[in-house]
Amino acid sequence: MANIMIRQNGAGGLVFYLPKRDLEASIESIEFDTPEKWGGELKLDNGGSYYIDPVARPARLPISVRARRLGAAED
Amino acid sequence: MAALTREATEALIAEVLEVYPEKARKDRAKHLMINDKTLESSKKCITSNRKSLPGVMTMRGCAYAGSKGVVWGPIKDMISISHGPIGCGQYARAGRRNYYVGTTGVDAFCEINFTSDFQEKDIVFGGDKKLAKLIDEIEMLFPLNKGISVQSECPIGLIGDDIEAVAKKAAATIGKPVVPVRCEGFRGVSQSLGHHIANDSVRDWILSNRDGQAFETTPYDVAILGDYNIGGDAWASRILLEQMGLRVVAQWSGDGTLAEMENTPKVKLNLLHCYRSMNYISRHMEEKYGIPWLEYNFFGPTKIAESLRKIASFFDDKIKEGAERVIAQHKEMMDAVIAKYRPRLEGKKVMLYVGGLRPRHVVGAYEDLGMEVVGTGYEFAHNDDYDRTIKDMGDATLIYDDVTGYEFEEFVKACKPDLIGSGIKEKYVFHKMGVPFRQLHSWDYSGPYHGVDGFAIFARDMDMTLNNPCWSKLTPPWVKNNEAALKQAA
Ligand code: SF4
Repeated sequence: MANIMIRQNGAGGLVFYLPKRDLEASIESIEFDTPEKWGGELKLDNGGSYYIDPVARPARLPISVRARRLGAAED
Repeated sequence: MAALTREATEALIAEVLEVYPEKARKDRAKHLMINDKTLESSKKCITSNRKSLPGVMTMRGCAYAGSKGVVWGPIKDMISISHGPIGCGQYARAGRRNYYVGTTGVDAFCEINFTSDFQEKDIVFGGDKKLAKLIDEIEMLFPLNKGISVQSECPIGLIGDDIEAVAKKAAATIGKPVVPVRCEGFRGVSQSLGHHIANDSVRDWILSNRDGQAFETTPYDVAILGDYNIGGDAWASRILLEQMGLRVVAQWSGDGTLAEMENTPKVKLNLLHCYRSMNYISRHMEEKYGIPWLEYNFFGPTKIAESLRKIASFFDDKIKEGAERVIAQHKEMMDAVIAKYRPRLEGKKVMLYVGGLRPRHVVGAYEDLGMEVVGTGYEFAHNDDYDRTIKDMGDATLIYDDVTGYEFEEFVKACKPDLIGSGIKEKYVFHKMGVPFRQLHSWDYSGPYHGVDGFAIFARDMDMTLNNPCWSKLTPPWVKNNEAALKQAA
């Protein structure tokens, strides 16, 4: 489990940030993206994927959450 | 147009790597790339933020340098104690030329080396008592300080001193913030982790100090982050922002004060110049206080205009007009600078190797002068820095991460740049090779280079270095005559 931060970039896309390793990557897809259920598997543009517990969609980004690593692209 | 074709650059890299043993060659190959503008991510092409190879000459610093030297040091009304042996602080003292307004030793302290000067007995018995005493003495001798930070050098982490406890106790007695910073030099692979640790300690010990306190705000409040006022850079930047109608509440951390930092959570927009050293705190403020942040670039008129417009887009029409007015107001002067220096610099090739932001930020300024950057690289960047660099650099240019002394020399021999921009460690090597050189860390005792005023100085300095008559005098006359005679004989 690692603390990650999800923020919105200028173009409106979601950006994933892992402070511990200074890793920034854009999120290509998010499993659940409805107002009630938001989260699940995050696919990153660097090939990695993380899982966050689905919650109600946060009112404001960025938000820090706990995430589990599913597939590791970053060596 | 690139200096070398893609194939030639590839061949050059292969040739340079040849001398390394197998394992080292494999490792170094990952840190060198040939730029391809179409790429979105640098991930597959370049590896960064890794431990330097043993045995090579690297230009990197340590985490203590990143925290004390870069982030904490320039805060003028705080005293940063270099906690540990005396050398780390003494050899880094005032070296970065972070200008400030204030009376040194009375209400400003950047240039003084405060250290606990560890001796053998402190290593054996621990240095906590000494630190507590040192803080008392500081309070007595320099009562106008607004706070103290304790910057750990390597031994502190090794012997396991509890500086947090000392800091907490001291803060209670003197009634000022005392911030323990765990930035021992051995943490991380370069100064980069020091920046991160420093940001985290600002976040934990400083940033929320004035939450809930009254502060008179305006809708146009901004903070400058990641400008260390080297040679007056932050002042040259600030003036542009003020001219367009913004109110600069804080400067982090060049010529900055503790109060400014504590008031930063009240601003409307954080302006980030050095992304590498202060993105951490910007991200934190975005999450906690909802303050958006924006990277900008104040090197050269093209980038300045671009940045001013980008900044203005966060505000109302008054600021947008302000931005246009500022751009128009300085246009004549900028054009005059370019008209004067461009003919003298046009077509010249530059190679860079610097630290946090300049390897990509100054590219625009060189281009404004008609010069071309044929190679660039960072000492301690991460992949997100390279993502940003790809777009700024020309196709098929060389990009090198944590370049070794040997590689850099070989690249220069092959690319034959007309000017090199790097640091003091590289300077004399290239001087001896007869290549014009400018220090792009400290501006070679000149500056400012940011902003409109800075660009005029930047252009003059580049011309002064490149077109200096000394470069033609490097071959002594007897060697020259000899060559001429040989030619005649042949
Ligand atoms: S690596 Fe350690 S001993 Fe060396 S300068 Fe940095 S803090 Fe000092």
